[in-house]
Amino acid sequence: MTLAKRQGGGLGAALGFILAVMVLIPLAVGPDQNLLGKLAPGLMWLALLLSVLLTADRIFQQDFEDGSLDVMAMGPLPFEFVTLAKACAHWLTVSLPLAVITPPLGMLMSIDAARLPMLMFSMIAGSFSLSFLAAIGGAVTAGLRRGGLLVSLLILPLYVPVLIFGVAATAGDMGPSGSVPALGVLMALGLMSLVISPWASAAILKAYLR
Amino acid sequence: MQQFANPAKFLKLANAILPYLWAATIILFAIGLYGALVITPPDYQQGEAVRIMYVHVPAAWLGLFVYCLMGFFSAVAFVYRHPLADAAAKTAAPLGAVFCFLALVTGSFWGKPMWGTWWAWGDARLTSMFILLLFYLGYMAIWTSIDEPTRAATIARIVALVGVVNVFVVKFSVNWWNTLHQPASVIRMGGSAIDKSMLWALLVMAVAYTLLFTALHLVSLRSEIAARKLRQQRIAEIGRR
Amino acid sequence: MSKRLRLKADNVSCERGGRMVIENLSFEIENGCLVALRGPNGAGKSTLLRLLAGLNVPSGGKLTLEGGAPDASIPEQCHYVGHSDALKPALTVRENLDFWTDFLGEEKSNSALEGFGLRDLADDQVMFLSAGQKRRLALSRLIPIARPIWLLDEPTVGLDSKSLDRLSSHMHVHLATGGIVIAATHADLGIAVSQTITLGVA
Repeated sequence: MTLAKRQGGGLGAALGFILAVMVLIPLAVGPDQNLLGKLAPGLMWLALLLSVLLTADRIFQQDFEDGSLDVMAMGPLPFEFVTLAKACAHWLTVSLPLAVITPPLGMLMSIDAARLPMLMFSMIAGSFSLSFLAAIGGAVTAGLRRGGLLVSLLILPLYVPVLIFGVAATAGDMGPSGSVPALGVLMALGLMSLVISPWASAAILKAYLR
Repeated sequence: MQQFANPAKFLKLANAILPYLWAATIILFAIGLYGALVITPPDYQQGEAVRIMYVHVPAAWLGLFVYCLMGFFSAVAFVYRHPLADAAAKTAAPLGAVFCFLALVTGSFWGKPMWGTWWAWGDARLTSMFILLLFYLGYMAIWTSIDEPTRAATIARIVALVGVVNVFVVKFSVNWWNTLHQPASVIRMGGSAIDKSMLWALLVMAVAYTLLFTALHLVSLRSEIAARKLRQQRIAEIGRR
Repeated sequence: MSKRLRLKADNVSCERGGRMVIENLSFEIENGCLVALRGPNGAGKSTLLRLLAGLNVPSGGKLTLEGGAPDASIPEQCHYVGHSDALKPALTVRENLDFWTDFLGEEKSNSALEGFGLRDLADDQVMFLSAGQKRRLALSRLIPIARPIWLLDEPTVGLDSKSLDRLSSHMHVHLATGGIVIAATHADLGIAVSQTITLGVA
């Protein structure tokens, strides 16, 4: 399954997107180092979110078009496992690398170096649910030719909690009790999406096969 | 072919109820509005601006209520495969979105004199209401972008169910986010704090809104059924050629 | 595979796009049968195959299989080769086959490559293959994994005469060992058809 995904990912484009955003943000906000440092965690989370979103509509599209999903649906594995594997593959090939690569880019935004490990840690924790929720959106648009906008509309509201707690964990010291509870919630969100997403995307894809 | 049998019965029922429903809606709105605008006293703190509440609060309630209803219909459709349930969820969505939008607009009209700004991100309810509106839009987008009706129905069902779960998660996280950013600076208006002289008008308005929704929902459900029949006929015609 | 198999459809109906494509269809197929599905375009041939493969859900009626593996569903005992070939263009021929044999729960083997004469192409990427070669690769899936029922949707499209012969001989072996083949096709399959189901006759 991971093998099948290997060539399909849009990591390159997503990475390029993040870089472009990183360049654009200072241009939009102005080169004020203090302001940038303050905004950086939130903006970087936003960049991560959007770039994962960018790849979401491709998760199932190819398999749907070439008929692989037909055969997978008939196989001995429950279809939920197929979607689970797909989402995991997406996480491993897109979200996780992005979550690892993005924080060092924070240096460009004059982010406080002491915060970087926390940023990376929270992004890795959050990227899990990002991929799994993206799979739901990917399933909805598997059979549509231009699903990009629909994916954004559907998935962005689902990303709200991840964004809130992700930034909270990153910004840590702002909160009353540090970033540990936020990290916990972030992981809980990941678990929740782990439960819901394979089921939901399998059911949606089945509707397309029908 | 239960697909035809059930809607037929429903249509009969809907046609019988609707005139009374409209009458009740109009009467209750008249009472409620009169009560809200004339009888009830102005708030000692908020002055006349409090009257927006009678429009705003029921709209917000319905925005939430309709979403839950949509989730309920979707669950029913999911379990029992009842053809009417999908149509009910589908037609509820635009109405819910309108109530949601109304709540947001009136909320910001209210916010202007009260908070001095049209929009306060600090208010958890405002923010989650906005996300709720996005949900409605996403749900409606599914129906419009998937041509095949049975397929769209199945997918919309699942999205609605996922959405219901998410509404609670969003609510929770926005509340949490809110307390993080501005602890307790928001004006509270809990139910118990409302004086009886105002409460009755608010409740009448809420019932009126609910009736209005029911009436509109029945009407649009009726036209949805008609549209389906038309589609079926057209397809049958093509098949015959 | 010498058990008696009997695939039964009892008043099966299927709806697509709000239209009844198949209405109250009943048939019985026993093992060793080659069944040809015939009928004009849009008569429901593909729909019926997908129905048997569990990809469509019947809106009425029942499909049953007697004498198959008791704890496996009908789709799990079927091979389905549809219009699209279910191949990954970026992987090689061998990788594609290995992936499917692996996924469908069998050991890798070279027999699949031999089956349709793809040995020479084993390490080429699928994106360089012609349509007919891809078709052969898709059909190769049938060989290494033993499934009693083959569901083939227009299997002959794009095949040259040599590959057609190969397909017939594979089907022949499959039928002789007690399998069932259900094929939607307009062309001649090279062996005697034992049963014909004609769809879409109003």
